[in-house]
Amino acid sequence: MSMNRRHFMSHMAASAAMTAPVAASFTNLLQANAKDMQKRQKACIMLFMNAGPPTIDIWDLKPGQPTGGPFQEIETSAPGVKISEHMPLMAKQMHHTAIVRSMSTREADHNRGRYYMHTGYVPNPSIEHPSYGAVIAKELGNPNLEIPPFVAIGGASYGPGFLGMSYAPFVVDSNGDVRNLNMNMEAPRLAQRLGMLAEIEGGFAASARGEAPIEHKKVIDRTVTLMTSDQMKAFKIDDEPANVKERYGIAAPGAGMAAGGQGGMRRNTTFGRSCLVARRLVERGVPFVEVDMGGWDLHQTTHDTLKNNLLPTLDQGMSALIEDLAQRGMLEDTAVVWMGDFGRTPRINARAGRDHWARCWSTVVAGGGLKGGQAVGATNEDGTAVADSCDPIKSEDLMASVLKGLGVSLETTYTSKNNRPMKIANSGKVIKELFA
Amino acid sequence: MTKWFQLICCTLVGTSACALALWQPVASSTAAELAAADAAATARELPRSASGNVTDDDLIKFINEQIRKGWADTGIGPSPAATDAEWCRRLYLDMIGRLPTVEELNLYLASGGPDKRKRMVSLLMGEVSSSNPKDSARADKYLEEFARHWASKYSILFVGRPPAQRQNRELVNRDGMQAYLRGSFLRNKPWDKMVEEIVSATGTTSPGSPEFNGATNFLVNKLAENATEATAKTAKYFLGIQVQCTQCHNHPFNDWKQDQFWGLNAFFRQTKSVQNRNGQNVEYVTLGNEDFNGEGSNPKEAEIYFELRNGELRVAYPTFVDGTKINSSGYVNEVDRRAELAKLVVKHENFGKAFMNRMWGHFLGYGFTKPVDDMGPHNPVSHPELLDRLGQEFAARGHNVREAIKWITLSEAYSLSSRSTPRNKKDDPSLGEKPMFSHFYIRQMQAEELYESLLAATRADQEGTPEERAAKKAMWLSQFTVTFGNDEGDEATTFDGTIPQVLMLMNGDLTKTALTSAFMQQLSASNGSLKDKVDYLYMATLARKPSSREAALALNAKGANPQDVLQDVFWALLNSNEFIFNH
Repeated sequence: MSMNRRHFMSHMAASAAMTAPVAASFTNLLQANAKDMQKRQKACIMLFMNAGPPTIDIWDLKPGQPTGGPFQEIETSAPGVKISEHMPLMAKQMHHTAIVRSMSTREADHNRGRYYMHTGYVPNPSIEHPSYGAVIAKELGNPNLEIPPFVAIGGASYGPGFLGMSYAPFVVDSNGDVRNLNMNMEAPRLAQRLGMLAEIEGGFAASARGEAPIEHKKVIDRTVTLMTSDQMKAFKIDDEPANVKERYGIAAPGAGMAAGGQGGMRRNTTFGRSCLVARRLVERGVPFVEVDMGGWDLHQTTHDTLKNNLLPTLDQGMSALIEDLAQRGMLEDTAVVWMGDFGRTPRINARAGRDHWARCWSTVVAGGGLKGGQAVGATNEDGTAVADSCDPIKSEDLMASVLKGLGVSLETTYTSKNNRPMKIANSGKVIKELFA
Repeated sequence: MTKWFQLICCTLVGTSACALALWQPVASSTAAELAAADAAATARELPRSASGNVTDDDLIKFINEQIRKGWADTGIGPSPAATDAEWCRRLYLDMIGRLPTVEELNLYLASGGPDKRKRMVSLLMGEVSSSNPKDSARADKYLEEFARHWASKYSILFVGRPPAQRQNRELVNRDGMQAYLRGSFLRNKPWDKMVEEIVSATGTTSPGSPEFNGATNFLVNKLAENATEATAKTAKYFLGIQVQCTQCHNHPFNDWKQDQFWGLNAFFRQTKSVQNRNGQNVEYVTLGNEDFNGEGSNPKEAEIYFELRNGELRVAYPTFVDGTKINSSGYVNEVDRRAELAKLVVKHENFGKAFMNRMWGHFLGYGFTKPVDDMGPHNPVSHPELLDRLGQEFAARGHNVREAIKWITLSEAYSLSSRSTPRNKKDDPSLGEKPMFSHFYIRQMQAEELYESLLAATRADQEGTPEERAAKKAMWLSQFTVTFGNDEGDEATTFDGTIPQVLMLMNGDLTKTALTSAFMQQLSASNGSLKDKVDYLYMATLARKPSSREAALALNAKGANPQDVLQDVFWALLNSNEFIFNH
């Protein structure tokens, strides 16, 4: 049941007249509705695969082709959609999930590719564009939120561009630790310090030295709020039940080696932890969280690294996140977006590696109003080009689709600092299959 | 307080010889000896400008005229001059990487004469005109700080900051890179000589390893994938030419072609690196050259192949960016390809410009192009005539780094206030406009500068041995580094004005240490009024006295004792925008 604001307020007005037991049950109702409202906060979790994942070995295999590599395909919970045999847990979540197999992005330099995928714009020295996180933080901001609306776990992401420091990523460690959070100071003395600071800060901000000193002042204010906020508990995964932690691949303390890894390899639990923190943050009302996973620059021995390390880690964390969001009824309002700088070459090089490749590759989305259980677009037989029958999909098209799914108007236009109108998501075209 | 200052000077000069021994291959010489030797060498080697006997003053005048011309053309008026204290604060930050102490600031403010700024600039680079031994001791101390600062700057550019997690498998040895750079800046080695040494370097990477040559560190982590990163970074850093995209395709919006990339790349193909490991740990890497057979197995004509996007295979031989070809033999005893490349790089017309553009950008906040190392024809130049002339003069006068710094720091543009006026409000390059340098562009201190400033302000800059200090600093700095783990060596810093940085300054160990330092205890225990002590802290951090309201907040503050109040004042100052910005 949903409750609009006027309805809610009329209950509030009536509550003064209620008798005690009724009031108590009404409090429960309010709490239930508060939960409901939290659930309805739209949000996006981006899983960013730093340095360019070989999507031809994960989401769009070419078994039997010279470009195919050693991996086999497996069936998934989405009829007809097959993925890598090393993603068995994700295979069970594919009915929620869509693979976009016809990405074609042109930028095969890490820096440029990462920028383009985060912003929908190619780099331009005279302007800095806002990234997904900044745009979504601005559009889906939550006034009751004390945590910054854009959190980047374990990576730097991309900045707010011309939207300003209020939408800059709040970068935290990959285990969700926020360093230097406590001052251990009594309130009156802290207030005294802050009073002195405000005097200096305000004077300099008012001294005609541009935006930066003013932005600094805003960041100070936000930081002080954060230091005293109860909401920071969202970063702590300790009180999650053991079975939830286990599902995210986080072994109980003392368990040491995780079972199932090839040759007793110690499983990397960092990505799983980050995913769990991301879910907690979204639950608390944070509209955008980016989780970074590195290690994808696989110029050599691509397949051994994928099989023994990267894919089991990815499979565990990503599948846990989607399943968990779905079970909590949050997936409908939370978009999960999986992408990297670019894909990797279909051709396998002399060192059994794959190099940079932006011409045709895959990204993945789930939830957030986007239709799962399908593969959108296709590449040709050996994976060297987008199939003739398909439109190539660009970064801005994906961004526009994610924003639309979250209910952000694509007519939104920003004004850059030099007064240029900038259409949200670089006027990208919506991928219609995701809304069928 | 003056006494403390003198004491610190003596200590520093006393330890300088051992600091050098640690860092430098040239070991036991003192800064003074090196400087004297190099002054002689520089005087001997410097050719005068082709255009006649142009003095530093002539050139500074030319810079000022060109900048003023830009104002006239765009209808902009300059801000008034910065105060002496403001200028001194920014000069210390930009030249030696830290704020001036109160004593240093007062010495400068008390100095006089029309050339006081010129003397200050020279002093911070270790040059003194007087024969007073006290002055030359001071100059030696600054020369060391100058060399440390520039070694750090260029080391970050060349090999990046230390990663957050210590990786023993890293090929680069940052201490080795810094040792080389520090020795070079200490001796004022001409820039062309440095770059030649870096591009053609052979030897080992780690201090103390056999045949140690710290210059090898520039290339040693850029050789993967047939040295594609070495190719791209050499062109970018030393010539301001961005070629990285042309590795795979012709550049969509500049003149660079794929065959040019591979022609340049062919110069690196005799390069060989060998890792000396102890278990998993890389102890040092040996960089050398070996005969290159060529991908066609004909070492006499050692060619390489590259693939066009359509799959067609093309051949390339060593060909420089301007089309110059060298003998394509792969035999090292016939052609040392990197040595040839080094010579071509330093003679290229962009070489001087690329350096001057980067240095101008360092001091003024923006270069003549954005970014400073992309000077391709597609990228507009704010002051093309000025950049050309600076590049030419720098080359013609022997690539003298200190001279270049004088031109920039003594220019009118560097002396202007950072406050904008109604007549230059539109001169704001952060909006994407071309910089007109009509006021000083403020920017945040780097993490390294904050660290050194706090050490100097609290007199903690001489605690422990130089090695211990360097290790402590590297450890502290590593908390801000975020690496992307890719073959371009990209990294970012969280010391970027966002919440993690503010949290660190409010609550972090560095601030705690500063607030409770011996210096702060001495300050609060010393004679003198609370007002004087508050003034002192403002001067130490902001180079100004507190306003009456600021002073009142401190003097009326409640605290169990004056020490608490002083701590609170210092805390507020360190966390302020006015402190963290260079303005």
